[in-house]
Amino acid sequence: MAAFTVNGQRHDVAAPPDTPLLWVLRERLALTGTKFGCGVAQCGACTVHIDGAAARSCVTSLAQVEGRAVTTIEGLSKDGPHPLQKAWIAEQAPQCGYCQSGQIMSAAALLAEIKKPTRAQIVEHMNGNICRCGTYPRIIAAIERAAREG
Amino acid sequence: MANLSSGTDISRRAVLSAGAGLTLSLALPAPEGAAQTANGSFAPNVWLSIAPDGIITIMSPAAEMGQGTMTALPVIFAEELDADWSKVRIAAAPIDAKKYGNPYYGGALAFSASMTVSGYYMPLRIAGAQARRVLMEAAGAKWGVPLSELATEPGVVVHSASGRRLGYGEIAGFAKPPEKLPEIQEKDLKPFASFRLIGKDAPRVDIPAKTDGSARYAIDARVPGMVFGAVLQCPWHGGGPDKVDSAKARGMPGVIDVVRLPNGVGVIADAIETAFAAKNALAVEWTDGPAAKYDSERALAEFMDVARDKSQRGVDYFVAGDAEAAMKSAAKVMRSDYRTRHVYHAQMEPLNATASVSADGKSAEIWCGTQGPTAAMAAAAQALGTTPDKIVCHQHYLGGGYGRRSQQEVVVDAVLLSKAAGRPVKLVWQREDDMKGGKFRPATAHYLEAGLDAGGRLVAWHHRVIAESVTGYTSPARLEQIGGKDHILMKGSVLFAYDVPHKRVEFVRQQRGIRLSPWRGVGVGHNLPAIEGFLDEIAKATGKDPLALRLELAAKNPRATHLLKTVAQMSDWGRKREGTALGIAMEEKDETLVAGVAEISLDRVTGKIKAHNFWAAIDCGVCIQPFNTITQTEGGIIYGIGHVLREEITHVAGRVKQSNFGDYQVMRMEDIPNIEVRVVSTDNKPTGVGEDGVPLTGATMGNAFYALTGARLKELPMSPARVLAALSAAPT
Repeated sequence: MAAFTVNGQRHDVAAPPDTPLLWVLRERLALTGTKFGCGVAQCGACTVHIDGAAARSCVTSLAQVEGRAVTTIEGLSKDGPHPLQKAWIAEQAPQCGYCQSGQIMSAAALLAEIKKPTRAQIVEHMNGNICRCGTYPRIIAAIERAAREG
Repeated sequence: MANLSSGTDISRRAVLSAGAGLTLSLALPAPEGAAQTANGSFAPNVWLSIAPDGIITIMSPAAEMGQGTMTALPVIFAEELDADWSKVRIAAAPIDAKKYGNPYYGGALAFSASMTVSGYYMPLRIAGAQARRVLMEAAGAKWGVPLSELATEPGVVVHSASGRRLGYGEIAGFAKPPEKLPEIQEKDLKPFASFRLIGKDAPRVDIPAKTDGSARYAIDARVPGMVFGAVLQCPWHGGGPDKVDSAKARGMPGVIDVVRLPNGVGVIADAIETAFAAKNALAVEWTDGPAAKYDSERALAEFMDVARDKSQRGVDYFVAGDAEAAMKSAAKVMRSDYRTRHVYHAQMEPLNATASVSADGKSAEIWCGTQGPTAAMAAAAQALGTTPDKIVCHQHYLGGGYGRRSQQEVVVDAVLLSKAAGRPVKLVWQREDDMKGGKFRPATAHYLEAGLDAGGRLVAWHHRVIAESVTGYTSPARLEQIGGKDHILMKGSVLFAYDVPHKRVEFVRQQRGIRLSPWRGVGVGHNLPAIEGFLDEIAKATGKDPLALRLELAAKNPRATHLLKTVAQMSDWGRKREGTALGIAMEEKDETLVAGVAEISLDRVTGKIKAHNFWAAIDCGVCIQPFNTITQTEGGIIYGIGHVLREEITHVAGRVKQSNFGDYQVMRMEDIPNIEVRVVSTDNKPTGVGEDGVPLTGATMGNAFYALTGARLKELPMSPARVLAALSAAPT
């Protein structure tokens, strides 16, 4: 049993403490925007925010989020689309789209920390998120647009 | 733009209620080359509905795996309908091959090989024009004026003589579907020059849902009463469980059952993480099979021996003139060989499927994301000993396809597990299952011979491709039917863009019994590096610039010539670089032409190659969605560079060595070059764009390496160890 908040809502989850947060979110709380890609923190598809910092939910246990605030793609923005989501659409970034929740959550953590990141800072921060369709140029453009347009 | 994401899955929300407004069922003539059904007729149907408020809903029939056809196909339809695009909504078509099948695949719901736009283009245009004609006739009847006096503007029928106008929605309010639909000929269609929507970049309808987590993939399926499945697959094709020790797995809390499957052992549990853990706790001894001893490096060495031994004849895939005689009379004969290794699709969504089998075991619902709904339903039906009409298929967005989701093994296993469990089962592969149970691009060995005349002109060409057959694995009956000419494997091997009078392209099939499937770019991906690499060897031997040689060979092909000149200009081909070098290549895949130039540098100490710039010019005929064509090509280039530089699957004693993204490293953001893609839209029929970036990479980067170092690296991937070996072997 662990108590924590997801997108501002409190949850008490009765599952073994070593249950990966990813599966708690996806299968117990039906928040399927967070994706399973590798299970070993190699691809970034499962990225969420824990107390505002980007984390890989596939290697985060339920016990680790006890008392903490988890944000998923579904709760990224409370009032209309996040600037990154608008920029993602404007740049037509996604292709298959499967990795994009994780990409956006990683990018949101970056912009929360650095309002106007350089290209090098973007690449360094986003390098852990794999996009097999090869949308990286569009993701870079979308992050730069969001930083510009806020 | 319609947001398709809010419902539960694509197919369900797509079933339109037949409310107010006009719904037309358009029976279309069989397009040329389409297969006939058993009763001799072929009638794909496209549905649209027009609401009285003018909103037009267009059914989109293709699997959306990132290639953008969910939007591109309705654009084609709306163009001929003369629709106001702001009033168009797109709905995923129900899974019904009779109405929505791909003409290219004989009416099956199959979405592979970049054949969706080219397959549906003409039928959709005719259907759109037919719908427009029906609206015009209805307006004409109301006004009492002949059709010849009517025209349309976007979403409106206009009678200019009287100044009267009727919106499509208004017409929908009173029109009745005609008993007989008007016949539309190709000559009735819009001329290329008056297209308003085609070529104008409609925003992709699937994108908004892919930015907020609401897009539904098969892995997101939730079915009441559902439990979870995992499968430990036999490491090699052709084997199955022999001795199964499941005691540890069964002892885990939450494990419901352990089930023997034909090619693996399944675990059913009440939680997905439990199913994975129990699957990983199984100890299984497997039955033998030919592929149980497969060693990929040894096999490739054997393939190369066959390649060089011309007495081992294969199937002639393509013959023009008399290459053998021309080779004998040539002033100079050059020879070379190339090889490529297995690569993995690495689609980001691991394979998965959910199934709910009925109590009598004779029908099922399946939830999947597949490139072949027709094949998935057939496979599920076969697994249950029933017929495909007893299978309901819920299609989803595909988290990457690249050919891998044309294969249906997870659907079959999900069905078998649900039948065993007596309840719905969601089967998900872990990444390790997906990689170790991968169906890869074949390893290939290539032997090439070129005959040059006294003037150094290429007059004879002989290319031998030695590999396992992809079609021989996926569909042995089909391979037999096409005389052993495996198009998936041999695509891109014919030099269509070049004028070479005598050529012979041979496929010498090897059989090791491993799992294979089409991989993005199919045969072009492994054939082009050999062909275009050899051309650069010929250019060097004849003292020609690589671009000049290609322009000479493509002199009779204006499209290819234009692309070569375009990419040369984009890359400033003639400019000398410091520390980097350029490589050029020309590609033809199913009538899409692409020319590319790569610019690379090399760390001679580590052997690591870096791609700096990549330029490509693509001519896919009429380009439906140019921006999407650019991003598809960009993505293909990035996908391709990974397999040029480091992606590699190796088998030892039948088992795949790699297991996850740590030891199979795909391209990351830090690895990508600057990429510039130019679309050259011509009035030729539209052809595919989803794969064309991939094959360019091996060819251009191999040639750039040659230009940079003088050493020829004749294999993929160009890993640091092989780079260093090639450098030390090269003459200084």
